[in-house]
Amino acid sequence: MTNFVNSLGIILFATLVYATPLLYAALGSCFSEVSGVVNIGIEGMMTVGAFTGTVVAYFIGNPWLGFLCGGLAGALFGMLHAVATVNLGADQTIAGTAINMLGPGIAIMTAKVLFNSTDTVPLTASQKIPKIFSGTFDTSTVFGRFMDNVFANYASTYLVFIAVIIVWFVFYKTRFGLRLRACGEHPQACETLGIDVIKMRFACVCLSGFLAGLGGACVTMTVSTQFRPISIVGQGFIAIAAVIFGKFRPHGALIGCLLFGFCSGLKVVLGGSSAINMHIISMIPYVVTVIVLVLFVGKSRVPAANGKPYVKAK
Amino acid sequence: MTKKKGFLDFISDSTFIHILLSIVFGFLVGAIFLKVMGLSVGAAYGRLLNSITSLKGFSYVVVYSVPYIVAGLSVAFSFKTGVFNIGAEGQFVMGSMAAVVTSLLCSGLPKPLLIPLCFIAAMAIGALWGIIVGVLKTKWGINEVLSMIMFNWIAFYLSNFIAGLPAIKNEGTAEATKNIADNASMLFSKEFIKNAGLCPTANWGILMAVAAMLIVWFIIEKTTLGYELKAVGYNKFAAEYGGISVNRSILTALAISGALAGLAGALQVMGMGKRISIFTSQEGFGFAGIVVALIGVSNPFGVFVAGLFYGALMYGGSKLNLEGVPTQLINVIVGTVVFFIAISVIFRSFRNLKKKKEPPKSPVSSNSKKEVAAS
Repeated sequence: MTNFVNSLGIILFATLVYATPLLYAALGSCFSEVSGVVNIGIEGMMTVGAFTGTVVAYFIGNPWLGFLCGGLAGALFGMLHAVATVNLGADQTIAGTAINMLGPGIAIMTAKVLFNSTDTVPLTASQKIPKIFSGTFDTSTVFGRFMDNVFANYASTYLVFIAVIIVWFVFYKTRFGLRLRACGEHPQACETLGIDVIKMRFACVCLSGFLAGLGGACVTMTVSTQFRPISIVGQGFIAIAAVIFGKFRPHGALIGCLLFGFCSGLKVVLGGSSAINMHIISMIPYVVTVIVLVLFVGKSRVPAANGKPYVKAK
Repeated sequence: MTKKKGFLDFISDSTFIHILLSIVFGFLVGAIFLKVMGLSVGAAYGRLLNSITSLKGFSYVVVYSVPYIVAGLSVAFSFKTGVFNIGAEGQFVMGSMAAVVTSLLCSGLPKPLLIPLCFIAAMAIGALWGIIVGVLKTKWGINEVLSMIMFNWIAFYLSNFIAGLPAIKNEGTAEATKNIADNASMLFSKEFIKNAGLCPTANWGILMAVAAMLIVWFIIEKTTLGYELKAVGYNKFAAEYGGISVNRSILTALAISGALAGLAGALQVMGMGKRISIFTSQEGFGFAGIVVALIGVSNPFGVFVAGLFYGALMYGGSKLNLEGVPTQLINVIVGTVVFFIAISVIFRSFRNLKKKKEPPKSPVSSNSKKEVAAS
């Protein structure tokens, strides 16, 4: 029983750690996709955020400034995507692919110049995003240990859950959210009502870059303490998958990210026992996602104007 | 009404020119990055050019290009038929593993039998990987981009798992499969390579790439099947109305695209690769295929040239370290090229430059005629 509770604590901790960066990126993806712009450049924006966050935290010494700069760097690449897709009407898949090449390329090249290596120097404890509630729980009891495992978590994890609530509120309870959703469904109708579709979409794509950048910074500033070329490998695409899984709703994406995080957590615990082959265990999150899709989620409804460049009527 | 085309019109109309301009911009941005980093532009680009212009260097380029060309054809085929095969990565991985396993299981067969057998196995498993996604889409309405991303990772871990099996794993310390059976290798004979002065991994793969290019062109442009697939890609409702089964078309398109990606994987391992390592992250041939298809504007011949271009950059890029330049420069260059291809609409506006310079003397365009009539 003690073992089980301990394992469960570790699984839940790993779930939250894995899900946090995915959630930031998924919220970003929601903004972009719901406003009608396909953004497969999330992966590249995360890489840039991961790199910038770590470098700023390393040189300035303040993790929160690093975290914020990670987001801003992501937003810069979001703006690049926005200029191409929203203002110039570029094919959104092509522009996103370009971002996915440019982001890591520039990040790793800069790392080479700054550190003469493709990896950055590991952050010290004070340069990392701090854990909150550590030491609040009495770890001598089984229950206290469990609570410590689960709730003594990084501040960025607590922040992202607040962010989910905020984004949900913005999407469904504010005028901005209504307009943003309308832009993804029927931009022409929006324009006739006096909504500036171009401006809305531009803002949303920049915002999606900002959130993706924060997500990237979470990866390299919490459990892992340095940026490496393999820091961001596919998390951006998983975040997009979580958004499609959640039918383009922030609370749906939350479930997708948690499911994914939980399977990854399971992997950490099962991987230690090595009764089953490690590679087969690693496959679990992806297989489970497909099974859940077939059994419970089914047809995904894409915003009607998603992927179509909007050309303002003359 | 034939209007003589001016120079600016030529630039603004020709996709080919847009691509060339994008490539020029790619190298320009690369040069800016080099300058900012305080590295010599001349030395870096000189090394890039030097490494690919010798006969040996060029043979390396051709060898590097083969998997990129065929993976590019796979993605280009999917683009033509209205699906975005982001799953080429997984199909590629499964294809190369199928080729290795087939060659090891049937290593006794003679070359003329074993090589085609490996191709068939790779193409079958690649097609299967595409069809699974297709069935998920047509039967349960599951978004294909989502399931392709999942199946890329499933393929990745499955390949790692198979590579670790006792019958497949390398006897030495290397975390990889055994080398592919000699009879499945497509390398030229050692003497021929030595006499001709080619690179040590020179192989027949490029001929397969040419064949694949011609077959893809033929299917898309000359067959009823290609016409139907294109029709579905262009407007699936109209195609359905015209009596084409949309679901069957999606399945066929994904199967052919998957088979091509699988073939690309087989060509990689039967030519240059020899064996498959147990990786910690995806190798990215399938994603490179997306880039190659975009640079080649999904035209089979364009993809062939784009694949050679990409192969040249990859091989030349691997030599950049000798000049103290990070290999990642190549990603920045290619990323910029793709970005400019995305916004190639700006090249079209060159036409307007001319109009501003010399305003039309008489109303000839149909628009201005209408205006006259309306007034």
